[in-house]
Amino acid sequence: MADDDINLDALPDDELVTQMHDDLYDGLKDEITAGVDILLSRGWTPYRVLTEALVEGMRIVGVDFRDGILFVPEVLLSANAMKAGMAILKPLLAQTGAPKTGKMVIGTVKGDIHDIGKNLVAMMMEGAGFEVVDLGVNTDVDRYLAAIDEHQPDILGMSALLTTTMPYMKVVIEALKTKGIRDRIVVLVGGAPLNEEFSLSVGADAYCRDAAVAVETAKAFMARRSNQMSAG
Amino acid sequence: MLQDLLRTRDWLLADGATGTTLFAMGLTSGEAPELWNEAHPDRIRRLHQDFVSAGADIILTNSFGGTSRRLFLHNAQERVIELNRLAAQHARAVADAADHPVVVAGSVGPTGDLFAPLGALTEAEAVDIFAEQIEGLKAGGADLIWIETMSAVEEMRAAATAAARCGMDYVVTASFDTAGRTMMGITPEAMADATTSFTPAPHGIGCNCGVGASDLLVSVLGITAAKPDAIVIAKANCGIPQVRGGSIDYTGTPELMADYARLACDSGARIIGGCCGTTSEHLLAMRRALETHRRGDRPDTETLIARLGALASPPPREGATRRATRRSGA
Ligand code: B1M
Repeated sequence: MADDDINLDALPDDELVTQMHDDLYDGLKDEITAGVDILLSRGWTPYRVLTEALVEGMRIVGVDFRDGILFVPEVLLSANAMKAGMAILKPLLAQTGAPKTGKMVIGTVKGDIHDIGKNLVAMMMEGAGFEVVDLGVNTDVDRYLAAIDEHQPDILGMSALLTTTMPYMKVVIEALKTKGIRDRIVVLVGGAPLNEEFSLSVGADAYCRDAAVAVETAKAFMARRSNQMSAG
Repeated sequence: MLQDLLRTRDWLLADGATGTTLFAMGLTSGEAPELWNEAHPDRIRRLHQDFVSAGADIILTNSFGGTSRRLFLHNAQERVIELNRLAAQHARAVADAADHPVVVAGSVGPTGDLFAPLGALTEAEAVDIFAEQIEGLKAGGADLIWIETMSAVEEMRAAATAAARCGMDYVVTASFDTAGRTMMGITPEAMADATTSFTPAPHGIGCNCGVGASDLLVSVLGITAAKPDAIVIAKANCGIPQVRGGSIDYTGTPELMADYARLACDSGARIIGGCCGTTSEHLLAMRRALETHRRGDRPDTETLIARLGALASPPPREGATRRATRRSGA
């Protein structure tokens, strides 16, 4: 039976989180921002709200999308609701004083305007304490290079969803080599048509199957990097 | 011209892949194929000539991404009319020199934008955007407009309206690439219902691109079942793209595409061609297959899978539906 009069305030934490998963599934932006505020007022850390309420909710949406039950219109509504919740959490995540994990510049490659996946990766990376500079879509090699110059990131992330645009990653990586900065930066790539073999053949450091893997991989490279620095 | 040919022939052969053929000729990733209409006219004409020599009755102009929205990605949004006119002129020149009648179909692909309310583009703006491209194709001598690889009904309608506004006949095909639907969730039946009610009506409807040839023919069966009187178009990818090392290969052989052409015919398609990965060699095999084929019984999904391979993006398992949420109550 449809139930339009759910009082989020009255729900205990576990039920509220389940309700937020439902609300993300239904793409309800206002309900998501309300839920985020309530959990924060109950003393949840921003990171816990992000992972347990939002990211888990999007994971469920992702499963039904993959299985052909949900389609793009629904997924976009869910992604927008998540974005609204994230807008509240972002400044708080920055404030909590957690030491910055590292810095990443990310963008979808030239000729490609798919950004849902890249945005999720950016949000998750921010959630995990990375500073993220998002270049948006249709990023050509000059814009990547200029952003690297300006922000001096530890990591470069590139996303591509088209078989026709993914080879552009090689163009960017070759340009990094030409400029002599390839060794200074970790290059992570992702997007549905890619695989491990492709990422190695274009000269990236790693392929990230999804946003969670992107975070883990980025952290692993950062850890390796600080070890190297203390060793050197 | 298309209608004349359809009156005298049971099937017509449309061409193969534009994009992947141009990549094989040296187009690089991120580069706009439409810019080659100016930079490499010889290669564009060779693309068309190879398909015509292989027996194509219909060739599609090199203008898939020729709207201002797509050319904007390459800072060529000011050159819509010019690039589309050139695209049509190249195809026209090859068609006029052919030893058999060849239809020049002006290819119109999606803007790549999401329509309001999901995105920013309104249908009225989209009509203007498509009309600009179609004016260019018309000026270059296209016989009709070939609206293809669509996934949203609003976008199909906008392109159809634009064609009508420019006084051009049109056909429309969609890409059913996601569990038997377009990525916006439109089924073949719903697409057929929607497009056949556009005014003026399209001269053909159907499917192109998407995933594998089996998937595409399942969609064709859906359309021919829903609209038995429609002229139905099938333009399947040459197998499924596989990422091997740094390169992308399509799995289809000429034999597979020949069998696909026979099955497309049996499924009720009147216009049959290939999409991504289909070379002139594949097209020649398709022409020979069709010439010696007699339209047979409608295949079922099992037959398609047995002869063309498994579905790349099968429909959800039986009974799988949206989760019941408390608010939707569903
Ligand atoms: C560190 O760096 C990293 C790390 C990890 C990274 C990473 C970067 N990037 C991604 N990851 C990873 O983490 C993410 C989160 O877990 C994951 O991201 P994903 O992006 O994989 O997953 C997202 C969460 C959800 N997935 C998506 O968002 C993509 C979904 C599908 C349906 C899709 C969508 C939504 C859209 N599309 Co398009 N679209 C399709 C897609 C088909 C499909 N079912 O996958 C695909 C990719 N599209 C396709 C096509 C063809 C197109 N699309 C186009 C347009 C669109 C829309 C605008 C309608 C819309 C995009 C909206 C937007 N703002 O992004 C056009 C292209 C425009 C352009 N120039 O880019 C157009 C060309 C349509 C046309 N015919 O004109 C197909 C590509 C086929 C191919 N062989 O290349 C496609 C596979 C559909 C199909 N035919 O099956 C991981 O891959």
